[in-house]
Amino acid sequence: MEKIVEILKGLHPEVDYDTCETLIDDKIIDSFDIVTLVSDLSDEFDITIPVEEIKPENFNSAKAIYAMVERILDEE
Amino acid sequence: MQRNVLEYLEQTVRKVPKKIAYADEKMGITFEEVFHQSRAIGTYLQEQGHYREPIVVFMGKHPRTIVTFYGVIYSGNYYVPIDDEMPRHRIELIFQSLHPKAVICDEETGKLLETFPYHGKVYFYEEMITSPINDKLLERTRDRQIDTDPIYIVFTSGSTGIPKGVVACHRSVIDYIENLSEVLQFNENTIFGSQTPLYVDACLKELYPTLKFGATTYLIPKTYFMFPLKLVEFLNEYKINTICWVVSALTMISAFGALEKEVPRYLHTIAFGSEVFPIKQFNRWKKHLPNTRFVNLYGPTEATGMSCYYEVNREFALDEVIPIGRPFNNTEIILLDENNQEAKFGEVGEICIRGTSLTLGYYNNFEKTEEVFVQNPLNKAYPELIYRTGDLGKYNEQGELIFVSRKDNQIKHMGHRIELGEIEIVANGMEKIKSACSLFDHDKKKIILYYVGEVTPAQVATYLKEKLPRYMVPNVIEALETMPLTANGKIDRVLLKNKYNQK
Repeated sequence: MEKIVEILKGLHPEVDYDTCETLIDDKIIDSFDIVTLVSDLSDEFDITIPVEEIKPENFNSAKAIYAMVERILDEE
Repeated sequence: MQRNVLEYLEQTVRKVPKKIAYADEKMGITFEEVFHQSRAIGTYLQEQGHYREPIVVFMGKHPRTIVTFYGVIYSGNYYVPIDDEMPRHRIELIFQSLHPKAVICDEETGKLLETFPYHGKVYFYEEMITSPINDKLLERTRDRQIDTDPIYIVFTSGSTGIPKGVVACHRSVIDYIENLSEVLQFNENTIFGSQTPLYVDACLKELYPTLKFGATTYLIPKTYFMFPLKLVEFLNEYKINTICWVVSALTMISAFGALEKEVPRYLHTIAFGSEVFPIKQFNRWKKHLPNTRFVNLYGPTEATGMSCYYEVNREFALDEVIPIGRPFNNTEIILLDENNQEAKFGEVGEICIRGTSLTLGYYNNFEKTEEVFVQNPLNKAYPELIYRTGDLGKYNEQGELIFVSRKDNQIKHMGHRIELGEIEIVANGMEKIKSACSLFDHDKKKIILYYVGEVTPAQVATYLKEKLPRYMVPNVIEALETMPLTANGKIDRVLLKNKYNQK
């Protein structure tokens, strides 16, 4: 979880990722960020994020991103 | 002879009044409603005393925004679209350049407008559409109008960072829409999926053909362009068969592997432009949609929209570029060399455009207008304007026009004339590179390459050394996480240059 917050802080340091659950809905994360995020997460956790996981509900909060990464790690 | 773009609407509303013209996920608006509401807005604006003025339309990406555009045209004024996505500073510069007397808002942007130093009139869409229509007044206005009267002003970024307002008229838009429609074969069954924001000229490709043919346009929310599968599902849900998108929107889908999961199965026409389509990504699209027509479009805002087209009809090697082909009917391309002579066949020249599609120039800026809208140097006998695009092109052996690079990307290095665009094409041909941009440091005489991809700079250097003459191999190679893009989806060279200079 810490690693994920760290990656997110790299994109937008001003956001409180412990509480924010509207990263996509409030347009905090944009399309450039998604590309960066997917690539950073893949490197950091050594995973391949399948395209069906690249959907809004998986990126709306640090928690959701964490859950997605866990799920992919379990499946691999 | 048609002399007003609204004639498209007036003919179509008689044929298919109940058909949906513009829609998003939440709502749709019929031609009848477009017709009624835009005349109400037109009446309202005239009764407020506005005529032949820029009217700013400060609204989001929504069907009612499009209706407002037409309302402004009915009133005999011209619309200037801006959007809350634009950087604040840019909006301020636009206000400074226009001195508008009126701004039209929706509920959301109305509050935002209060934070700007603007003291003119503010009107609200919801209120304007309830205004009673005065047909006599609208008719009188129509009678006074000619086809070279302005319709809209859109702002381009401008290499200096000061936005320039391009003024387009009925005549240039009609010429563009007629010729574009012929090439892309739009008809009443066309269902568009619109990607671009409404404040750029790119949205003309959907807005006006929808009026002309009684077609339908779905506005796709910007957030969908972050989620490839959701986007493909949107295209399928609304049976979208025609898209005119920037290349980066298409490559986002193919690069994440979305086409392997779901194919946009109704798409029969894909037009793309604004950037070079990397062949690797293009081939993925072609593989999954073998029967779809792919058409490359090229053109500057100053010539209304697109000026050239090329329908992809053969295989391309990874280091080739898809041609921009040939001009639309009623447009001519002249390639001029450094001495203002026509470039010899196969040689590089500046792409200059001749035709009715030329816009009127830059608003409140005669100086900049006269720099690029110039007398055709090949004609010494009578006044004739051409537009100098600042883009360099050449003809290939098949006689197809190729975009080479921006004129200011042409450099002299170690005695050689180099097109930075050529370095980018070669770099983009490397398997793992997703995007590349080359710059030149004129002081230190260094070629710089920024790229996005999972390779080290050393690997890129090795690859480029094999492919390029020694003098063209970049001296500085740096990886980026993402390529900065402008609002139009082109690589933001100004930003990259600043980034380099700050080091």
